[in-house]
Amino acid sequence: MSALEIKNLNKVYPNKFVALKEVELNINKGDFFALLGPNGAGKSTTIGIICGLVNKTSGSVKIFDHDIDIDKRAAKACIGIVPQEINFSQFETPLDIVVNQGGYYGIKRSIALKRAEKYLKQLGLIEKSKEPARNLSGGMKRRLMIARALVHEPKMLILDEPTAGVDVELRRSMWDFLIDINKQGVTIMLTTHYLEEAEMLCKNIAIIDQGSIIENTSMKQLLSNLSKETFVLDLIKPIKVLPGLNGFTAILIDETTIEVEVARDKNINDLFKLFSSHNINVCSMRNKSNRLEKLFLDLLENNQVAK
Amino acid sequence: MLDQTTLIALYTIVRKEISRFTRIWIQTILPPTISMTLYFVIFGNLIGSRIGTMNGISYIDFIAPGIIMMSIINNSYANVVSSFFGAKFQHHIEEMLVAPIPNIVILIGFVSGGLARGFLVGAVVTVVALFFTDLKIHSFPITVAVVFMTATVFSLAGLINAIFARKFDDISIIPTFVLTPLIYLGGVFYSIDMLPEFWQTVSALNPILYMVNAFRYGMLGESDINISSAFLILVLFTVVLFSIALILLNKGTGIKH
Ligand SMILES: Nc1ncnc2c1ncn2[C@@H]1O[C@H](COP(=O)(O)OP(=O)(O)OP(=O)(O)O)[C@@H](O)[C@H]1O
Ligand SMILES: [Mg+2]
Repeated sequence: MSALEIKNLNKVYPNKFVALKEVELNINKGDFFALLGPNGAGKSTTIGIICGLVNKTSGSVKIFDHDIDIDKRAAKACIGIVPQEINFSQFETPLDIVVNQGGYYGIKRSIALKRAEKYLKQLGLIEKSKEPARNLSGGMKRRLMIARALVHEPKMLILDEPTAGVDVELRRSMWDFLIDINKQGVTIMLTTHYLEEAEMLCKNIAIIDQGSIIENTSMKQLLSNLSKETFVLDLIKPIKVLPGLNGFTAILIDETTIEVEVARDKNINDLFKLFSSHNINVCSMRNKSNRLEKLFLDLLENNQVAK
Repeated sequence: MLDQTTLIALYTIVRKEISRFTRIWIQTILPPTISMTLYFVIFGNLIGSRIGTMNGISYIDFIAPGIIMMSIINNSYANVVSSFFGAKFQHHIEEMLVAPIPNIVILIGFVSGGLARGFLVGAVVTVVALFFTDLKIHSFPITVAVVFMTATVFSLAGLINAIFARKFDDISIIPTFVLTPLIYLGGVFYSIDMLPEFWQTVSALNPILYMVNAFRYGMLGESDINISSAFLILVLFTVVLFSIALILLNKGTGIKH
């Protein structure tokens, strides 16, 4: 049984805009899954359909084998949702917001209260739990929505850009929190624009562009698609001409900077042996660009060309 | 449908609705209390004493049930229209939509909030009325039944208004241009016997006339219209508005894309 199974999903908005085309997705139980895509690709639309906020045009969605058309309530009970936009009452307190959400899922008030306190504490919001929610900072509001999504202890957590607008340190702690939740057996699906986030957290990934899934694979597989990487090397002493580096393509950017392309089947040690033999001393080395980002852009470009 | 999960969800919505209007009582309970007190002072005491009697009843006793009814109608409507529109506007209606709550429970939850505010304000205004006159209750069951059904009808109407509303203006148009005139022309301040025949016939198309008169009958045992036709109209409106509201929620009108 999959945690989420989407088949032939189409969405045409009332203004005739085609937001999703024949989307297919399969997420296994216990997975940590990323749905990646540029702005307007259809990520939030997909999530909206899964959680019942957007009416689909056609296709089927099953959550832990519960079809959202046939067995809507059972399907909904399985998921917790953290939306992209703030959607709680600014006048209520975080504690009330989380406890009431528990109530909507049929959790007894006394139990919901305990859980609310537990999750608000874990997410660093307990001090603010009795102030009106409008007093919370942007990052705190996002965390409040995570606490709210967990109060009924769902089997699957769906987060729509959970770390947008969250500072680096907080992002780290949010990642740790999600990794922990995932280890406890909760299936996680998230959307993000931060590619390193997907790389850091996710086992499997799908890329959506203009309403179509253009890639759906494991993170490992995706990374192995990278045929070559480009490194930038800084030299200790300037050189005038770049000697031939057998088997590597290199260019001299300026007197102390070399750019080298290394194919996946090449050994970087060989490169350094060549440098040594030419008496070139490297003091630092870095990736030219985020390799994942490059891959992502390539995929999107191919998708455009294919059209 | 009435499993424990559903009951807890319903309880949560009702509790939240009640705590919403009690938290902001300065906007929800106080204004109707003040304006209804003014009605009693001006129309009841000052002007009323010069009017004399209406259908053999002193004017203040005649208008007291109408004024109580007016506050119930206004407040049950206002509660649901502003609460539901606020939930839509701030998007926290989504909290309920993602949860496994049947739409009928969301509907009953919001309507219960409107009923609660209608009853509370009605009770407060009744207490105010007691400072100006002695209220007797002719038939307790009829009085309570009329209040309950009227508050339900206007809570449902407020819900439907909120479902269609897109901006804040949209939630004040109906109260201002439809509700208020219908209430004033619904026999709160006068007996329709006073009207020329033509306007009596026109008035018979105003549902609020039946509600005000049924309530007046419950309190005074005196009514311009037939009490069973009043109940028939209340039942009809309840059923029709309930169905419309439920269909709209099921379709996701105004709340789903
Ligand atoms: N209610 C709506 N009516 C019409 N079009 C809509 C509606 N909601 C979204 N769209 C369109 O559907 C497309 C997909 O939107 P969606 O919100 O799913 O994108 P997204 O992948 O979540 O983007 P982002 O990364 O910016 O959040 C966009 O072109 C958007 O303009
Ligand atoms: Mg989005």
